[in-house]
Amino acid sequence: MNDANTTGVEASGVPQTMQKMSKIDLAPIPNEGVLLGWLRQMLLIREFEVRTMQAYQNQLIGGFCHIYIGQEAVAVGSIAAVNDDDPIVLAYRDHGHALARGMDPKYCMAEMFGRIGGCAKGKGGSMHMFDADHYLYGGHGIVSAQTPLGAGLAFATKYEDEILKGGKSSHVTLCFLGDGALNQGCFYEAMNLASLQDLPVIYVLENNRYSMGTAIDRGTSMAEELHVKSEAFGIEHAIVDGKNVIDMYRKFKSIADWCREESRPFFVEAQTYRYKGHSMSDPRKYRTKEEESREEENDCIDLLTTFLTEEFDFTKDALKQMNKQVKVQIRDSVTWANNSPETPMDEMYKDVYTDTWGPYTGTSKPEMLEEGGET
Amino acid sequence: MSVATAQRVIEFREALREAMIEEMRNDERVFLIGEEVAQYNGAYKVSKGMLDEFGSRRVIDTPISESGFSGMCIGSAMRGLRPIVEFMSWSFSLVAADPILNNAAKMLYMSGGQFGCPIVFRGNDGAGGQLASTHSWCVESLYANVPGLKMAIPYDPYDAKGLLKTAIRDDNPVFFLESERLLSTTGHVPEEEYTVPFGQALIRSEGTDCTLISFGRPLHFCLEASEELAKEGIYCEVIDGRTIRPLDIDTMVHSVRKTNACVVVDQSWSFASVGSEIASQIHAICFDDLDNYVHRVHSDDVPTPYSHNLEQAYLPNTRKICEAVRAATYNA
Repeated sequence: MNDANTTGVEASGVPQTMQKMSKIDLAPIPNEGVLLGWLRQMLLIREFEVRTMQAYQNQLIGGFCHIYIGQEAVAVGSIAAVNDDDPIVLAYRDHGHALARGMDPKYCMAEMFGRIGGCAKGKGGSMHMFDADHYLYGGHGIVSAQTPLGAGLAFATKYEDEILKGGKSSHVTLCFLGDGALNQGCFYEAMNLASLQDLPVIYVLENNRYSMGTAIDRGTSMAEELHVKSEAFGIEHAIVDGKNVIDMYRKFKSIADWCREESRPFFVEAQTYRYKGHSMSDPRKYRTKEEESREEENDCIDLLTTFLTEEFDFTKDALKQMNKQVKVQIRDSVTWANNSPETPMDEMYKDVYTDTWGPYTGTSKPEMLEEGGET
Repeated sequence: MSVATAQRVIEFREALREAMIEEMRNDERVFLIGEEVAQYNGAYKVSKGMLDEFGSRRVIDTPISESGFSGMCIGSAMRGLRPIVEFMSWSFSLVAADPILNNAAKMLYMSGGQFGCPIVFRGNDGAGGQLASTHSWCVESLYANVPGLKMAIPYDPYDAKGLLKTAIRDDNPVFFLESERLLSTTGHVPEEEYTVPFGQALIRSEGTDCTLISFGRPLHFCLEASEELAKEGIYCEVIDGRTIRPLDIDTMVHSVRKTNACVVVDQSWSFASVGSEIASQIHAICFDDLDNYVHRVHSDDVPTPYSHNLEQAYLPNTRKICEAVRAATYNA
């Protein structure tokens, strides 16, 4: 129940100056097993995306489709740094995050195939990956639409923890956005609200330097000093190397712990690069091949492989073996997706409303949840 | 309506407030949020006193930031909280069109049934009186086009309370359209608990010659017109649709089959409107019952003028409704 001291018109905790995190202590480097797990996840995402592009070219996938190759370390490193029940919400380049969060790739692939076995029963497609069991609140197709939703998820966990359960706020929400979302007004409204309401949400900017074909410095003011965007709202910020999954994790872990403890928002700029086009139809004429090669030389998977080789005698054979397993898993998920029936016609009228009236026939959960998520 | 002794009479705004207070007492997941709802007691005093009872964690002032706080509340509803979002005016909802139409209305569908959106957006809709074009929006026709949302428009305090309680308990997003011009009107509201279900129109006065269908504030003019026309021997059956989604077309059809004439009064613009939709459905279902095509009364097809005389001429009014009924019943 609410108590009397929450009532009133006394000066609230509205921040008037920056609430600083004293110093970002790097979390310890996890053990070899964890690092191998991350490598496997990054390989899985990359292979998944390769097969996604193939399937798209074979017209098994329709609509808009955005490939995550190059950015894998951002999703893997940040999601590893939070708890399994911390909410995640993001934009439309969302396959990698869904897999990093634990969605079985077969549900993700079937969704893009528009099949009943998809995570959203084939009603959302590539841009809209949802997974209630894994606290994944969607990829969202409208640029920056997820940023107020992220504030709302943090509002909800705080409300649940503090008001409904009468305890301390104990969750942190991850809200991913691309650099294109920096120029939508609702992001600034969301940051203002997150700061005013002390919401534990981390805005993870995946700065891949292009919003579709527009280089960041052509569309975004102060592109070299993006921290000013959050400073205006008294929101603490940090830059992380989005290609180095270990660096990503180590900084992100202490940031997430701070947000959880202090119940404050944070703005993290993860510097990264997308190897492929904005979407499948993008010929990438707005940047040079030289730039692309330079970026690909500094690859997140190579970086981790090298680290593992140097520190733990990780062998080429072991990598080959892992790659092989990943290829088999993704090939199986493509087969599974292909065998999943097309979404039946009666689904057309389901999930419009929770109740039945007129042509609408109520709602039902996807197979993914019926099966209790991945095995 | 039955006449009881010593009926309790309260204002429309008090009825809205009672609905919110009762539902917030019943369910801690429900909270009220919006511009000036807390410390200021509501721009129109609908939420007066609620901050004192529920505290600032459940009656929450926001900055002027509709897109941000609408989206934020939708995010919270995805996790099962049940926000009541007050728009000071539905005119201001336009800057929040993306979250309220794309996220609230489509979340359940897009997520394949995984995440619903139990949220109420409520506030003043329609002309408030010389507010000019940007502040006089009737959003019903604009938003009723979108599947996935429900829409209610109460006419009197009884329905204001009963429909709002239903809206708050609904697991779907509800657009709840009030009228500034009705907030101070009074009516009977019982002390005891009740709700008014969605999708059940109310016959506000019975008649035999013409079915007169409307929602919200224009019903006042329909009832006035009905009295005036009765003096001429034309008896209207005035139907309050109450909710637009779901629409109780059955009650309307039943009435038209009796009267063989129909006039729809809709305060939004005529083109692709709630009025044109109802007329279309009546034409399709009652094709053989109608003695005349369905006549419609709307606001004029121009931006809302400021000038008092122009605004009065622009809005649906008793005179226009009388003329439409006379025309529809061949009494012109």
